[in-house]
Amino acid sequence: MEDILKLSILYSTVRMATPLLLAALGGLLSERSGVINIALEGLMLAGAFTSAVVTHYAGNPWIGLLAGIGAGIFIAVIHAVACIQFDSDQVVTGTAINILMFGIPTLLSGALFGTTGSTPQIPRANLLPNAPVVIAFTLVPFVWYVLYRTPFGLRLRAAGENPEAADTAGVSVYRIRYSGVLLSGALAAIGGVYLSIGQSSLFTRNMTAGRGFIALAALIFGKWRPVQTMLACLLFGFAEAVAIQMQGVIPHVRVEYIQIIPYVLTMVVLAGFIGASRAPRALGRPYVKE
Amino acid sequence: MTIGKESMKLIRELLFPIIAILAAFLVGAIVIAAIGDDPIQTYRLLIGSALSWPDGIGYTLFYATPLVFTGLAVAVGFRCGLLNIGAEGQLTIAAFATAWVGIWFANSPAWILIPLTCLAAILTGALWGTIPGVLKARFGSHEVINTIMMNFIALGLASALTQTYFKEQGDPILETGPIGSPAHIPRLGQIIPGIPARLPLNVAFLLAIAACALLYVFLWRTKWGYEIRATGANPSAAEYGGISVKKQVVLAMAVSGGLAGMVAINEVLGYRYRYYQGFSPQYGFTGIAVALLGRNHPAGVLLAALFFGALTRGGLFVDIFMEKVSKDLVLILQALVILFVAAEALFRRRIGRT
Repeated sequence: MEDILKLSILYSTVRMATPLLLAALGGLLSERSGVINIALEGLMLAGAFTSAVVTHYAGNPWIGLLAGIGAGIFIAVIHAVACIQFDSDQVVTGTAINILMFGIPTLLSGALFGTTGSTPQIPRANLLPNAPVVIAFTLVPFVWYVLYRTPFGLRLRAAGENPEAADTAGVSVYRIRYSGVLLSGALAAIGGVYLSIGQSSLFTRNMTAGRGFIALAALIFGKWRPVQTMLACLLFGFAEAVAIQMQGVIPHVRVEYIQIIPYVLTMVVLAGFIGASRAPRALGRPYVKE
Repeated sequence: MTIGKESMKLIRELLFPIIAILAAFLVGAIVIAAIGDDPIQTYRLLIGSALSWPDGIGYTLFYATPLVFTGLAVAVGFRCGLLNIGAEGQLTIAAFATAWVGIWFANSPAWILIPLTCLAAILTGALWGTIPGVLKARFGSHEVINTIMMNFIALGLASALTQTYFKEQGDPILETGPIGSPAHIPRLGQIIPGIPARLPLNVAFLLAIAACALLYVFLWRTKWGYEIRATGANPSAAEYGGISVKKQVVLAMAVSGGLAGMVAINEVLGYRYRYYQGFSPQYGFTGIAVALLGRNHPAGVLLAALFFGALTRGGLFVDIFMEKVSKDLVLILQALVILFVAAEALFRRRIGRT
């Protein structure tokens, strides 16, 4: 009995960590290139909603997945153009995108299905298998390799640390930052897709429920590095899994206390109590070519 | 007659927000048309239903009240070079604390209970804002991340404490029991003749206007306000000029949190008379739009809050009377306004450069 419980906690930890990991890896690519991405929440919602709608009409979750990725990239383009082209404040723009993606899915689902609450239920046979779990965890070594062992990764890190020097060395900081932000759109969207047509069978209003922000927390907790970020996602996923299992088991300890642990831990780490977490040096600074 | 430099500046200050609003409405119109409704009719409903007397205007002012507080909160932060996206958490925890005090001291007379609950609202909000302020001043950790984290912590704490200590037996809704009736602040309809008492518009609205005036005096007529603005304009120059930047960061975050906390006065003391989990439809985030559109000036914040208050009121009618468009249109317009205001900063710089 205890073994089963342990196994099921392990299983649900991985499941809970998957959307976080996808979004966090996306955030990592964007932020290592120098663009703050607090729009992860909105990008996840874009993927979750679009894939639920497209899968409903097309009857095929893989088309839904692709459409979700497309939607994530599309929304990321808005963020990228505003931040890179028009040097808008990156946090302000990210907030606007989150608000936008809070409104658009409900507006569209109201127009398409006559209800703003949720999209139609997708039959079980048309749901996405656990592919995003595999994608998420294979992406970790892949992102690590790209980041530290390829010219693209070197340029990406340079754009986030010292864009002036990168530019002098012939790197197009704009192009690199665009790729970082667009990749973050694609990855965060897969995280959202997994929520709506993987773990669930429809899109509900605000279904990410702050996961984009937990992913951001995991990214900071993981010090903007792929492997550490994965460990942070697993830790936060574990907290979520335990919170779900605990629901009602111990009457005097409320699940909320477990749910806020990731947030408190992130603040502690950010304050430098558990080894300093240092952001890429040019993070948030628009690059204006001389 | 020539136009003076001052009035030119004023015209420019008004012009850019209006351009941003028009651009947002234009994109909004495309969205409305794309999903198959009539943009003109939608906008007529959106604006028209907010302007009727007394219900339209009364509700517009009521919806604008929390936005004035959060708009001012974000504006103070911006003036000090800080982005407080934690107004949402500050007002949440403040509303919970206000209800807590209102329940615990329910039997006190009004002249004690009302000041006490108001103080609870302001101080709790201020405390919630001060924590990221201190963390920034002491450890240099970014206030944006910390305020986001504290939004979730506030929601979690308020929910857990409500369920453990304040929920009434058998109440299916996540809310506390009612606060003592001496803590209720009057509706404007009860004290001003001509305003129907059924409108939820209450004394908190007058407090909101007073807060605008006070904040103006604080920022532009006191030493503290000057130092906050100097820090926001150029931290290294301020430090060089003998201003403790760290102290200003903490002060600005405390004032910002306190202003956000005042939302609780409208919500708990003036409207619902209890803490209700999820009462805020993202007032804290709308506050960012309000502050940006109002150019971080108290007068501008008031105007912008009225604008978004009107949209909230009109959104309800759009929800009911339009075939396809729902009140989520208001959220989208809000987001578009923020995007355009944020991108416009550059637009102006480009003009300045050439």
